[in-house]
Order: sequence, then C-alpha cells, then structure tokens
Amino acid sequence: MHGLVNRAIQRFVVDSYGAPQWAAVARRADLGFVDFEAMWTYDDAVTPRVLTAVSDILDRPYDELMEDIGNYLVSHPNLEALRRLLRFGGVNFIDFLHSLDDLPDRARLAVSDLVLPRLELREHGPHQYSLACEGEIPGCGHLFTGVLRAMADDYGALVFLEHMGAQDGVETVSIALLETDFTEGRGFELGAQAS
Amino acid sequence: MSSSAQCHNVLNVMCPMHLILDRDGLILFAGPTAQKLLPDQSMIGRRFLELFDIKRPREISTPEALRETAGIKLHLQFRRPPHRDLKAVLMEGPETGQMIINLSFGISVVDAVQDYKLTAADFAPTDLTIEMLYLVEAKSAAMEASRQLNRRLQGARVAAEEQALSDTLTGLRNRRGMDRMLADLIANGEDFALMHMDLDYFKAVNDTMGHAAGDYVLQQVARIMLNEVRSHDTVARVGGDEFVLLLRSVDRPKVIDQIATRIIARVSEPILFEGQICNVSSSAGTTLSRHYEVVTADQLLGDADVALYESKSRGRRQHTFFSEDLRDQSGGAKTPLPRAQAPQI
Repeated sequence: MHGLVNRAIQRFVVDSYGAPQWAAVARRADLGFVDFEAMWTYDDAVTPRVLTAVSDILDRPYDELMEDIGNYLVSHPNLEALRRLLRFGGVNFIDFLHSLDDLPDRARLAVSDLVLPRLELREHGPHQYSLACEGEIPGCGHLFTGVLRAMADDYGALVFLEHMGAQDGVETVSIALLETDFTEGRGFELGAQAS
Repeated sequence: MSSSAQCHNVLNVMCPMHLILDRDGLILFAGPTAQKLLPDQSMIGRRFLELFDIKRPREISTPEALRETAGIKLHLQFRRPPHRDLKAVLMEGPETGQMIINLSFGISVVDAVQDYKLTAADFAPTDLTIEMLYLVEAKSAAMEASRQLNRRLQGARVAAEEQALSDTLTGLRNRRGMDRMLADLIANGEDFALMHMDLDYFKAVNDTMGHAAGDYVLQQVARIMLNEVRSHDTVARVGGDEFVLLLRSVDRPKVIDQIATRIIARVSEPILFEGQICNVSSSAGTTLSRHYEVVTADQLLGDADVALYESKSRGRRQHTFFSEDLRDQSGGAKTPLPRAQAPQI
C-alpha cells in the first residue's frame, strides 16, 4: 500500500488524538517504527493491521473510524491541499459527484503508483445517487461516506448519506441530495494555492 | 436569432477567450474570458494591435499583416500590466473582412488565474486548464512530500556520520572509535601502550597556507603513522592535530620509543603541497597500562598527556614516557582530563 495512505491514517490519529496514541498504535500493529513515509511503498498487509490497531487503541468501532478518517481527510486544516485537489473535481457538489469516477485516475496523474478504490457513481433519479466503492481495504465505503459528508459541507450542499452494506467486495453508499445551496460553503479560488 | 448572435453564442461557450475584429483590426466583440483581461473597461472598439504586442511572428504592425497570419500560432504579450504572455490563433470569420482570434494563457495560466481571479466557468468545458492547475497543485504537494523524505534522509545521514567510528579526512579512527577500542583493551585486560601525539607548528601551516594544505599535512601524517605501527595497533585522530596510538602487546618499552622516534623523524621531514613546503614536527607522550593496578581510560589519557606536555616543554620533537615524577612536577596545575582514581604504580 502506498505510504500516502498509511501516512494519512497516522496523521488522522496524531491530529485528532495526539502523538502518544499513535505511538501506541504503532506498537500494537508491530510496525517496528513510528513514522510512515509518505513517498514510500509498504507491504499491503500493513494497512489493515494498522486500522485494526487504531480501532483497538481508540476503542472505536471500525466502520465509524473509517468514516471519521474520510471526514478528517477533507475537513482538517492540516490537509487543506487535499481538500483543494478534490475541489478541482467540480464547480458544485453535483459536478463533484460526477467527477468521482475519475478520482483514481486523477490521483494516478499526480502520484503514478497511488492506487485508490475504484468508484462508480450511479444516478437513480433526481437528486438520488449511489456510489459503489471497491477497494482493497474493507470499509472504504465508510471512508467515502466521511469524504462525501465533508465535501457536501465544503460545497454548502445538504445531503443524506447512508452506507448500504457490501456485496461481492463492493460497498455502496446512497446519496440523497436535499439542497445544493444549503449554506455558503467554503470558498475555492483556482489561484489560491495551499502552501 | 441572427446568425451573428448565434455565432457569438457558440464562440462564448466553445472559446470563451475569443475576440472578433473587423477589417481594420478594431475589436467588435470580446468573449467573456477575453474581456476579463481589461477588468475596468470594455474591449470593444479598441485596436487589437494597441492592446496586444505580437512577439512572433515578428513585425506584425498592420491589420493586413495580421490577417496573413491566419492559422498559425501567435505569441502575444498583453501591453497592460502584468504583461502576461498569451498564445493565440487567428482565422477569417464568416463575414467579409472579419477576423476571429482565440486566445489562451498558455503556460502563464497559473499566474493568470490569480491576476484575473478566473474560475472554472471561465474555461470551456473541454479545456484542460483546470486539469492542468490540478496537476500543478498535486505535483507540488507530492514534491513537498518527497522533499520531506529527503530532508529526513539527510538528517539520518548526519546522525550516522556522528555515530561513525572513522575520521573522514584521514581514514583513521576518530575520537569515538578510539574510545571504543580503548574500552575494549581495558575490558580484556590487555597489556598495551597509549601514546598521545600532537603536531607542532600545525596552526601556522593552516593559517599561512590554507586549510587545504593543513588537510594534506594531516593525511600525510596519518599515512606515516599507519606505516610505522604494526597491523594490530590502532591510530586515531582525536582532535584537530591530536592523535592517539594504541600499541598492543608491548613487551619492551624500547620498541615503543623506536616507533615514536621514527614517526617524529618522518613527520619532521618537509611535506610538499602544491609546490610549497609545509614544515611541522611532532611531540609524543606515552603511558603503559601495566603500570596501573586499576586501569581507566581517563587515567591513561591524562597521564599520556602529562608525558606529552613534558616532551613539549623539553623543546618538542621528543618522546617521553610517563612517570610519577612528571605528575609531581606538573604539580596538579595542569589537569588535562579528569582523574577518576588515584594512580597506583
């Protein structure tokens, strides 16, 4: 698994619960080191082990944890660069939803060996969508529930999200878009690069 | 809808950064993104060539010459600050004399989006500019992550060097390496001699002939020392021009004295560096581990230092063995290293 993914989990724990908790996770997962390198490749088995360790140490249900991580990735100020990259997907939330199919390809454009879960948006009716997520790590549907919730907030849209379970390794998230301009949302200027 | 209005609608969506000129080169119509170049005024009615300087092809100064460029890539510069470079292509329009020019920011788009506060709506849906801006940011983020990795690796390298046991300049053991070797010898209860040697007049060489000459002298001295000692001995550079030699299995002090004398003699020979002669000499002091009941590193180093001091005060280029008398002479005034235990000879 790409170091960026492992590093993101580490940053989530450190930023939300503090460095000592992460050190405990690293010990529990038997990493043999404390810090993940973002630009490095780790054995695929490491990531599920780390996620289980985080769930144990923080005493949080696994699915809930995945959703928190997804939410953190978009909304935490330390990861502003990532939020901006996601906002490049579309000018409004609907546009953004339709850009999700391209997300793994977009990620690969930036970092050629970064493999993200396969995503497919389906449109079921006006303002009713579902997102199919197929990834190597169980719970990626919950992760994207968190991402979508935070992105809806970012765009100022009001949505109702529900994880519909998994079938044949594909997790489905149902998305009901109640209002596109519910709040102002957070701004996004093309020319204001996050440092 | 008139055909002209329809044409505008089509162009506004498909090339929002276009201009329509009449036969005299006056701007008749500006697409919404093109108009953003002049935020406070209208572009309509202005002369194209007064707003844009055509850099390539060269010497386009009349509407007729401009018309001749149809179909080829134009390199323009906007004549107003911040004088951004633009790319463009011109084609004759459907109406007589009409010219249609499509503009693009080219590579300067990264700055242009800030200059003109452009949004995704300012680009045609098929335009790859937004993807390019995305890539620019994604690449900078990825590059930053790589830079952090490099910084950490660099830090690790420095730390590794600090932990190294060798002196990079001479290839001898460094202070840390010597400490370790000395500790091993003491722990194994070996019979050995510790010789402290330093260079005389080395500072003068460094000051007058430069650090390169100084470094060269140190390398030559290291070579001489390694040649004179036996393979199971250890030579370390423990400071700028200070050396410690750990000489093992010494049955006869005379052999130690011979080694010291030979090193001193050879170091005193002139060393040639880039056509210039460097003159240094050396002094040495030695103590023998067998003279102590309880051997400690501090004690040995301190006593060898006392002996070295004696060599210097006797006029340098000397070798002296430590004895209790020397310490009594130095009267405790010179305590180069802390004493852990009283000597028992």
